[in-house]
Amino acid sequence: MTLNASAAAYWKANVKLVSILLVIWFVASYLFGIILVEPLNSIRMGGYQLGFWFAQQGSIYTFLILIYVYATMMGKLDREHGVEED
Amino acid sequence: MDLQTLTYVVVGATFALYIGIAIWARASTTGEFYVAGKGIHPVANGMATAADWMSAASFISMAGLIAFFGYGGAVFLMGWTGGYVLLAMLLAPYLRKFGKFTVPEFIGERYYSQAARIVAVICLIIASVTYVIGQMKGIGVAFSRFLAVSYDAGLYIGMGIVFIYAVLGGMKGITYTQIAQYCVLITAYTIPAIFISLQLTGNPLPQLGLGSTMADGSGTFLLDRLDQVLTELGFGSYTDKFRISTINMVVYTFSLMIGTAGLPHVIIRFFTVPKVKDARSSAGWALVFIAILYTAAPAVGAMARLNLTNTIQTGEIGSPTGNLAYADAPQWFLNWEKTGLLKYEDKNGDGRIQFYNDKNPDMAAKAASFGWKGNEMVKVDRDIMVLANPEIAGLPNWVIAIVVAGGLAAALSTAAGLLLAIASSISHDLLKGVFMPDISEKGELLASRIAMAGAIALAGYLGLNPPDFAAGTVALAFGLAASSIFPALMMGIFSIHVNREGAIAGMIAGITITLLYVFQHKGIMFIKSTAFLGDMKPNWFFTIEPNAFGAIGAIFNFAVALTVSKLTGDPPEHIQALVEDIRVPKGAGTATGH
Repeated sequence: MTLNASAAAYWKANVKLVSILLVIWFVASYLFGIILVEPLNSIRMGGYQLGFWFAQQGSIYTFLILIYVYATMMGKLDREHGVEED
Repeated sequence: MDLQTLTYVVVGATFALYIGIAIWARASTTGEFYVAGKGIHPVANGMATAADWMSAASFISMAGLIAFFGYGGAVFLMGWTGGYVLLAMLLAPYLRKFGKFTVPEFIGERYYSQAARIVAVICLIIASVTYVIGQMKGIGVAFSRFLAVSYDAGLYIGMGIVFIYAVLGGMKGITYTQIAQYCVLITAYTIPAIFISLQLTGNPLPQLGLGSTMADGSGTFLLDRLDQVLTELGFGSYTDKFRISTINMVVYTFSLMIGTAGLPHVIIRFFTVPKVKDARSSAGWALVFIAILYTAAPAVGAMARLNLTNTIQTGEIGSPTGNLAYADAPQWFLNWEKTGLLKYEDKNGDGRIQFYNDKNPDMAAKAASFGWKGNEMVKVDRDIMVLANPEIAGLPNWVIAIVVAGGLAAALSTAAGLLLAIASSISHDLLKGVFMPDISEKGELLASRIAMAGAIALAGYLGLNPPDFAAGTVALAFGLAASSIFPALMMGIFSIHVNREGAIAGMIAGITITLLYVFQHKGIMFIKSTAFLGDMKPNWFFTIEPNAFGAIGAIFNFAVALTVSKLTGDPPEHIQALVEDIRVPKGAGTATGH
């Protein structure tokens, strides 16, 4: 593979990963925390109504996991495509 | 030791620590002054970013906002954390790979245009200056409320402290002080939060306590109790109270998220780590340190609200002895009444306190049958939810002293980060970039220190004479960053087709439409009488409220930039090569200023 083709493949994989993670980002905050909050509130999790929990707790935990997954997966992509730093 | 002396000791000790760090971490090159020599460990940078980001508003006001908005407070919780996901995935690693000193510098080079760089500097300065005014006010208020020092004198002391470590140490001094300030502010926030959670639910973790049962043996969940009590008093249920419509919540949250990702003082923190992969992980660490406070805040808000309500409504609603007699009011109540943050008025002359929603017609009718004549807590300042927490929970004086030091740490750390963003855009982007490209390294370092001193003086002046628009400024700062800087940066990385003409037109369109929308509803520079369309819902564009408009401005920015770029052709070869280069981590060296 030429360097350019490799870089293009790396970028494509990167954009795909980010797109998937941002879909989850949207679902956890906007969809579960705002748009679907009322139906989700009929489900209980201990003292929390689920929609309320996503809005005030769960979305933040999801964001943390997303960045962790992103950093780990990108490190792997860097090595696979030979573009990691020296 | 009395509270006053103790507060002096604790605040004095933290200030001595900051000054000690300033002397130890002096900057001797422009690289150290602008980006701390690119040698900050990602975890340390995460901690500094958390302090940089969490302002007096996050520390003092946010829990109170949530306490009164209930569910609706989620806008701030999600909006001010979700931006880090965007920052980590869309901006920080690539800007770190680019490896320069400032945000406008990237925009200037990527769009091969001094004009684009100057437009970016202007957007940056407007957003950062409006933001820093709030921090200076926070410092003055903290001093005047807790240390028996006048507002003005408090502001001068705060300016003096920032002056010492920011002018001497630049980004290097600011970074290490921010790490210390994070430790102070998170301790100050967490201790009262743990105790209030233990007292109400028996669970030491506020994040779990919020979902637990009450410790009074009733087996009722805390949130259910809160919903029930607030509903009975006419305030409406806590957990599903919408302050604004669903569409406004979505747009407002989105504005805060992209505003967060576009604020230059946060972005430049990621220029200080050694590698691209450090920029990715550091954004995660920053969010970890922020989340410790942000997941505790909803618990603090809900629990403080319940505590306050229970203190006043001691018995059954409507029974003659169900309300606290003013003569029996606890000491903290009287203390905070003195500061004017709480205000009680015995409207029905029964010597007892009634705290309910008299704007709710059903409740007002019911209250009238109890012989109540209106809500008697005529003022309950939201800030009290955090500030009075240690006293309400009966914690010792040293905890109160630490909370004061924590509030000051939050304001100082954010002010310093903003001031650095302003100073570096003046000395590096305007002076070296535009007016004096031949200036020596030594000359630029001196210029950056002078710019920092000037920025501090300006911020101090605006803190002493807050302009009319100061009240609306934080929303404005986010709106501007969201509508101008974030789209320009993101398109600069993710599209090779966006060119100079597109970027400049986009930034100007985004910021203009946001400013126009805010001004037409809130008044030019927030002077009410000049609001030519009125602050009325019928005039709102798709019912979007002005505070939430940054997201719409950003969409305009994207649309204009992409259209104009399409019409005017791709950027030159070497710029396309630059974009390809910042997309791969390989070859990221240390930062250069050229």
